[in-house]
Amino acid sequence: MSAWIEKLRTSWTGLLRSRSDGRSPAKAETQSGSRTLSPFWVMVQKEFGDHIRSWRFIILLSIVTLACIGSIYAAVTALKNGTNSANNSNNSSIGETFLFLRMFTESDGSLPNFLTFLSFLAPLIGIALGFDAVNSERNKGTLSRLMSQPIYRDDFLVAKFVAGLLLIAVVIFSLGFLVMGMGLFTIGFPPTPEEFWRVFVALVITTIYVGMWLNLSIFFSVRFRQSATSALSGIAVWIFFLVFYGMIVNLIGNLTLPGDLTDSKAYIDQQNNLLLLSRLSPAYLFQEAASTLLLPDVRTLNPFITQDQAYLAVNAPLSFGQSLLLIWPQVTAIVAETALVFAASYVTFMRQEIRSRS
Amino acid sequence: MEPVIELAQLTKKYGDFTAVNKLDLSIRPGEIFGLLGPNGAGKTTTILMMLGLTEPDSGTATVCGVDATRNPIQVKRRVGYMPDDVGFYEDRSGLDNLIYTARLNLIPEKEARERALELLKRVGLEAAAHKKVGAYSRGMRQRLGLADVLIKKPEVIILDEPTLGIDPEGVRELLVLIRDLSRNEGLTVLLSSHHLHQVQQICDRVGIFVRGQLIAVGDLDELTRQLETKANYKVEMDLAGWSPELEEALKRIDTVMEVGLTESDALTGGAAPANASAAGGKYVTVRVISGSDVTPQLASTVVGHGASLYGLRPVRYGLDDIYHRYFEGGESRERVD
Repeated sequence: MSAWIEKLRTSWTGLLRSRSDGRSPAKAETQSGSRTLSPFWVMVQKEFGDHIRSWRFIILLSIVTLACIGSIYAAVTALKNGTNSANNSNNSSIGETFLFLRMFTESDGSLPNFLTFLSFLAPLIGIALGFDAVNSERNKGTLSRLMSQPIYRDDFLVAKFVAGLLLIAVVIFSLGFLVMGMGLFTIGFPPTPEEFWRVFVALVITTIYVGMWLNLSIFFSVRFRQSATSALSGIAVWIFFLVFYGMIVNLIGNLTLPGDLTDSKAYIDQQNNLLLLSRLSPAYLFQEAASTLLLPDVRTLNPFITQDQAYLAVNAPLSFGQSLLLIWPQVTAIVAETALVFAASYVTFMRQEIRSRS
Repeated sequence: MEPVIELAQLTKKYGDFTAVNKLDLSIRPGEIFGLLGPNGAGKTTTILMMLGLTEPDSGTATVCGVDATRNPIQVKRRVGYMPDDVGFYEDRSGLDNLIYTARLNLIPEKEARERALELLKRVGLEAAAHKKVGAYSRGMRQRLGLADVLIKKPEVIILDEPTLGIDPEGVRELLVLIRDLSRNEGLTVLLSSHHLHQVQQICDRVGIFVRGQLIAVGDLDELTRQLETKANYKVEMDLAGWSPELEEALKRIDTVMEVGLTESDALTGGAAPANASAAGGKYVTVRVISGSDVTPQLASTVVGHGASLYGLRPVRYGLDDIYHRYFEGGESRERVD
């Protein structure tokens, strides 16, 4: 991931610089020795270091780690209590074939499972890492000093984002692998390569999803001068999507219910519209994407299948490729939402005047 | 000689408010130029435009031969800027902060560290190099700010209110440092301030900047001469036995325009506080403004009225008066953001 970003980055900045600057930075770098990083990576390095050293990060990490350990415990208890209950409800052999994946989705009821925890807490990591990214620098008076250095304004913003995203990737992957490792240790049942890749892709999607929240909170930190305001706005949006958005969609659903329930076409149209509305929420998209990947028996994300379809469908889990294909639109939508929020913060930041502590 | 900084018809507006109005200014290499003006005069806005941090509405800012609006990066490579109220990463040491700035300027890490240590020594912070900036005093921050500006080896340094909030000894040290830099290394220095005495001490030339306009430029002598052509004479007298009759008598002297009591610390300028004599002390201070030099007549009138004269001194124009004169009546505006 980082290598990919770096590649993109160098080509992009190279393009930018050759356009707007006579002296090429590549030349300057080679002259002063190969160890000189471009200012962008210097900033990323510093931001990354700042995050890791900060108390906030340690607190967050411990919360998330505790949540993960709790969820593993719940999952392992559930698995030990017998796979037959799951078998009964699933009415298939999925319980056995994807035992390892159930580490992430199963729970004995005392605690939410790993996936629920992750979808609940992940936005918080993003918000916590970004909510004071720009405004704290502004308030400390470091922003104007930084901006008087020969760096591009967008580099500053992108560096904030990339450093946060790298850190998030590290956290998410280490947590994911921690759960895998501990699962391996406790249930002694190794994952198949397919299971491994499913978890891996789910973690990648989680990283993108958290990146979206990181971007949102960076946007708020550009927009609002007070970090408390920006943190609250971020949390408000998070709670809105987590709690209220579903309610609002339900409300709209009740209001727009077609009068004639036998008119199946009108009913299906209305339900499709509602689904579209739900899918505006990044939380819903993530939920769909991650659960499809971790529960291979999810065959469709559309609630409507005709009786014939349900009857004739082969009762078997989807292959990895097919699951991926199923959630491809969801992933695209999350990436698109991330890009939109980033564009918003970019435009806002580029238009702002930078003065000391104002 | 080619000017290092050249501003031509530079204008910046915030809504209806014109922060900088058709400013023309050129600064020669190696000089120390003081931009003098009250708060909200547009000094900082002008500086931001020189660095390309703010786009002017019209006009051009050329720094080191480069258009600052079009190519801010090139300008920023060669110009060091210390904002007023400079901020550092408080949980990092002074040394780390300097190294970070150096690396943003593409200086390799090893060289950056050497330069940073050398500069810290120069600004007298070598003992505090490894202390966190959070523990620095205001004066130390300001000196660290100077080191931060110098680490990129600039050709021009722009200091916005460099002496704000430091004690007199700290100000003196900082000014000596700035002057040494300019004299020994040929740096061009632009500093903005509203502290007249400091500007007076080290600046080669001064520009007086009020409400977005540069109303006078020149060295101190030139500015004083500009004032003195239309000037009048001012004499201050310390005397005991002040009476209304004496005041009348003084006013009757030829060409005397104004007689008034004043505080001897001259804080209030021309306006006379009514309670000056009641405030105690052996004598009161009287300020007389006249169209010609009437000092001998004043003295004899005072003595003739039986009052005792403790002191008599002509008031010369300093930068204080120049400043006061130009800024009279201009209420200081809030900075716009």
